[in-house]
Amino acid sequence: MNTVQEEVRSGLADIVNEIVGVPLDEVRPEQSFADDLDVDSLSMVEVVVAAEERFGLTIPDQAAAGMKTVGDAIGYIVANR
Amino acid sequence: MFSTDRKVVVTGVGATTPLGGDSTSTWQGLLAGRSGVRLLTHAWAAETPVRIAAEVAVEPTELLPRPEARRLDRSAQFALVAAREAWADAGFTGPAGTDGTADPDRLGVVLASSIGGVISLLHQHDVLRQQGVRKVSPHTVPMMLPNTQGANVGLALNARAGVHSPVSACASGSESVGYGIDMIRTGRADIVVAGGTEAAIHPLTIAGFGNMMAMSKRNEDPTAASRPYDRGRDGFVMGEGAGVVVLESAEHAERRGARVYAEAVGQGLSADSHHITQPEPSGRGIVAALSGLLDSSDLVPDQVVHVNTHATSTPKGDVSEVKALRKVFGEAMDHIAVSATKSMTGHLLGAAGGVESVATVLALHHRIAPPTINIDDLDPEVDADIVRGEPRPLPGGRIAALNNSFGFGGHNVVLAFRTV
Repeated sequence: MNTVQEEVRSGLADIVNEIVGVPLDEVRPEQSFADDLDVDSLSMVEVVVAAEERFGLTIPDQAAAGMKTVGDAIGYIVANR
Repeated sequence: MFSTDRKVVVTGVGATTPLGGDSTSTWQGLLAGRSGVRLLTHAWAAETPVRIAAEVAVEPTELLPRPEARRLDRSAQFALVAAREAWADAGFTGPAGTDGTADPDRLGVVLASSIGGVISLLHQHDVLRQQGVRKVSPHTVPMMLPNTQGANVGLALNARAGVHSPVSACASGSESVGYGIDMIRTGRADIVVAGGTEAAIHPLTIAGFGNMMAMSKRNEDPTAASRPYDRGRDGFVMGEGAGVVVLESAEHAERRGARVYAEAVGQGLSADSHHITQPEPSGRGIVAALSGLLDSSDLVPDQVVHVNTHATSTPKGDVSEVKALRKVFGEAMDHIAVSATKSMTGHLLGAAGGVESVATVLALHHRIAPPTINIDDLDPEVDADIVRGEPRPLPGGRIAALNNSFGFGGHNVVLAFRTV
């Protein structure tokens, strides 16, 4: 990961930690939100809304639905912020 | 009428109340005659005519992991705390299916509140108005639905025999325990975790109840405000918390060698059909519920030595309940130790029946009735032997006790427990 990607990963880690309590260093690009991090569909909405605020962008529902892994989210945020 | 061949017993108790964060500290508080009523310190309380309430002694967020707590309404947090205590108290080491003694398909949950997730509902309404649609929590609906306190307990304990939330205002907790007894009687479950929860201390509910003239305004003396049977009573004091019992078929409890607190003998139910909020003055509906209990169970009136009354400290309700008890028990009423524990806990609304079931079961188990506090000038219309000041020992032998709960809407629920 480059610095920008790492900055976004670290921000997402804060958000996921706040919402579901997963330790910060376990939030890695290859991790699936649902399968590895215990982020269910309702909590995923919270993650998306918090990410919008933190990174200053709007994430349409369709884009959010495509974010299966932390890497997916990092990629979308880096490309669209 | 239900078959009584399947005897039901209580094998676990749990509570979180204004007197303590668990059933033991709550029970100690009751025996000590301690009031849980305090002056409210919230900023909003300065603007309401009622500025007192009985808030829980231990915040549930101190006991629950943060990610779990943040997606639960306060009422569901209370329910989980009390249910987990009761479950562990009954001797289970983990959710059904994990410890080998409880079968998920034979475990039910019956747990209700009177108002549901009202604090979450109103908070999210504030979010909507102040921050817009996008910021409304996706957990709003499951936090406000009035079945989700029970559903969350069911999820936590892996209950699959059925999860129910019979809502009947301030009778909800007792109606839940009664429903749980029936689930076991009718063979639907071997174990049912049952009770009530409530978290409704909010300016809107206080304004609503206050404007009905139902609440005490004794702001200058909070611990004396809840005073059932005293001539100076001027309304109830709102409390919050949860109370839960583990009901189990006697056979199942015996098979796993469980400690048994008491038998859950049965219930009596009726409706006043008189007024949406006023109690029926003659106590007709309460008489019907008590008679129904006696008709549908093997309870002998002479066995009854203690009643944990509904007595909320309102001028009318306290008296009509005592009249009804006298009508049904006659002279035997002279040997019944009557305790109004709301004098200490405040009125926990939908949780009241759960907490008072716990208190009634523990009174039988320890053979001691908790006192009623704040009676300085007993209302002469109260024709009953009220336990005042000090707790009172209950007699030996096979004894029974009742827990009464009534709710706005005219709901009357009477539960009976008995020593084994």
